[in-house]
Amino acid sequence: MLRLILFRLATFIPTFFGVTLVTFAFIRVLPGDPIVVMAGERGLSAERYAELMHQFGFDQSLPVQYWDYLWGVLHGDLGLSLVTRKPVSTEFFALFPATLELSICAMIFAVLMGIPAGVIAAVYRGRLFDRALMSSALVGYSMPIFWWALLLIIVFSGNLNWTPVSGRIDLLYYFPAVTGFMLIDSLLSGQSGAFGSAVQHLILPTIVLGTIPLAVIARQTRSSMLEVLSEDYIRTARAKGLSPWRINGVHALRNGMIPVVTVIGLSVGTLLGGAILTETIFSWPGIGKWMVDSIFRRDYPVVQGGLLMIALMVMVVNLVVDLLYGFINPKIRKR
Amino acid sequence: MTDTAAPVRPSPLAEFWRYFSENRGAVIGFWVVVTLLAIAVLAPLIAPYDPALQMRDKTLLPPGWVSGGDWSHLLGTDPLGRDILSRLIHGARFSFFIGFIVVGIAASGGILIGLIAGFAPRWLDTVIMRIMDIILAFPSLLLALVLVAILGPSLINAMIAIALVLQPHYVRLTRAAVMNELPKDYVTSARVAGAGLIRLMFVTVLPNCLAPLIVQSALAFSNAILDAAALGFLGMGAQPPTPEWGTMLAEAREFILRAWWVVTFPGLAILITVLAINLMGDGLRDALDPRLKRS
Repeated sequence: MLRLILFRLATFIPTFFGVTLVTFAFIRVLPGDPIVVMAGERGLSAERYAELMHQFGFDQSLPVQYWDYLWGVLHGDLGLSLVTRKPVSTEFFALFPATLELSICAMIFAVLMGIPAGVIAAVYRGRLFDRALMSSALVGYSMPIFWWALLLIIVFSGNLNWTPVSGRIDLLYYFPAVTGFMLIDSLLSGQSGAFGSAVQHLILPTIVLGTIPLAVIARQTRSSMLEVLSEDYIRTARAKGLSPWRINGVHALRNGMIPVVTVIGLSVGTLLGGAILTETIFSWPGIGKWMVDSIFRRDYPVVQGGLLMIALMVMVVNLVVDLLYGFINPKIRKR
Repeated sequence: MTDTAAPVRPSPLAEFWRYFSENRGAVIGFWVVVTLLAIAVLAPLIAPYDPALQMRDKTLLPPGWVSGGDWSHLLGTDPLGRDILSRLIHGARFSFFIGFIVVGIAASGGILIGLIAGFAPRWLDTVIMRIMDIILAFPSLLLALVLVAILGPSLINAMIAIALVLQPHYVRLTRAAVMNELPKDYVTSARVAGAGLIRLMFVTVLPNCLAPLIVQSALAFSNAILDAAALGFLGMGAQPPTPEWGTMLAEAREFILRAWWVVTFPGLAILITVLAINLMGDGLRDALDPRLKRS
């Protein structure tokens, strides 16, 4: 196990520096003078130009610039937003709970629907239910989620008027952010109706963001269950006369879950990519929308900082998943 | 199965088709893709109208079968009075163009780098794989979005960006396949027979690594179409008035509650295309790579 940890860290650290190099390069490879590009159509005076040159350190040599950047990153300094003038890291952590809440709900939705669906499909392999389920999983997997979001809005917000179209909660309610999670904060606020409103706002984005993970989890659960169900110990369990519920739900599921857990862990990147589209469509004030808005506003320090934070998160989660996997499955440790 | 112990081994193509056609979904997917491809190629001949033609007296006309619709515009018209069916037919060209070019760039680059990594000394291999890890650390859509922000929003730049983010998958797969083939006897014998490095890489080893790469290409093709549409939707891909499906959706967004058809059909076109390619990809995997076979 120690070997695995050391091996994974030995790949993690160079990758981390590589990622910082990429995000460092980002502002510098913008075509043209980055300061002029950032200023956009407004233009700027010569003094302001010199001041900005100095502020970003563009008047120094590249290695020095990179060193300064890295030093800042390691101390949690990601620069200032050009638009709000607030530190990028402050903005990131202010908006991150919204994305986290949405992602967690999407994942819970995907797991709660996907694992039972996959198990049932495997148990009734080849039957109508299996085929219908796997066909829908493939449709879900092929779904352009931005279109899926628009369709759900047409049906549930437009025609049925069940769910709101955007935001995290009705403007009627106001309470201070304690945890940043709307579901928890609305309960803490004690205002009647606030929690219900938060739930209503969450439903459609959760379904949209959870659709592709749901399809992936259902497919993976089915195939790993099929593999496990053909093992000898399952036959033994059957011969012992255990109930099908116990065999499928306990004996088989426990081992069938190992690859599924990995798939869940590794879909963090997909989830964050999907959050960009989902948050943009539902005006969900999280990291994804923040990134898209910043790209359009040419707020490059934000894009740079956000890119680094998101990559870092994906890397850390992958590292944890790998280590957990090694912990669950000793075979992998020997690599 | 109608196979009766034929003495002659069937040609690889026939054998491939036999396995491929066992998967009914794959065959359906295949024919849908062929049809869509034909539509794309023949777009100017099939499309009833010019995709850019704005009929100002016929804006937001509903589809033919809906009351108020007009059968001469089967799928209705958009807010500028352009025929949606014609735009979709022309859009097919962009989607396949995107798919082929992106997969072409990503596959050729990725396979070459993967081959080099597989044959290279340890240190070079490590460097290459770390670089791929770095690219893979970024969610692909986000990285593509940022690259397009750097290069400027256009279809070509979106394609370059998507090819770049799809490429590491090819590198990893090729390298793994090469590593798997290298210790085999036929490689050693080719080496002993005096085959040079280039010959070993491209003639001896590469053809035996193709199966997973072809399967990956189907996946990459559908990903490329989805990502390009997503970038178009976010305003960072093809620019209006290009009839690219994602861009059409972006233009239609503000009309979703008034005119469902402007939103429904472009998305449906994306879904059908991607689904057909994915169905085909599943069949390809079953036929080419028995180890990956979904039981």
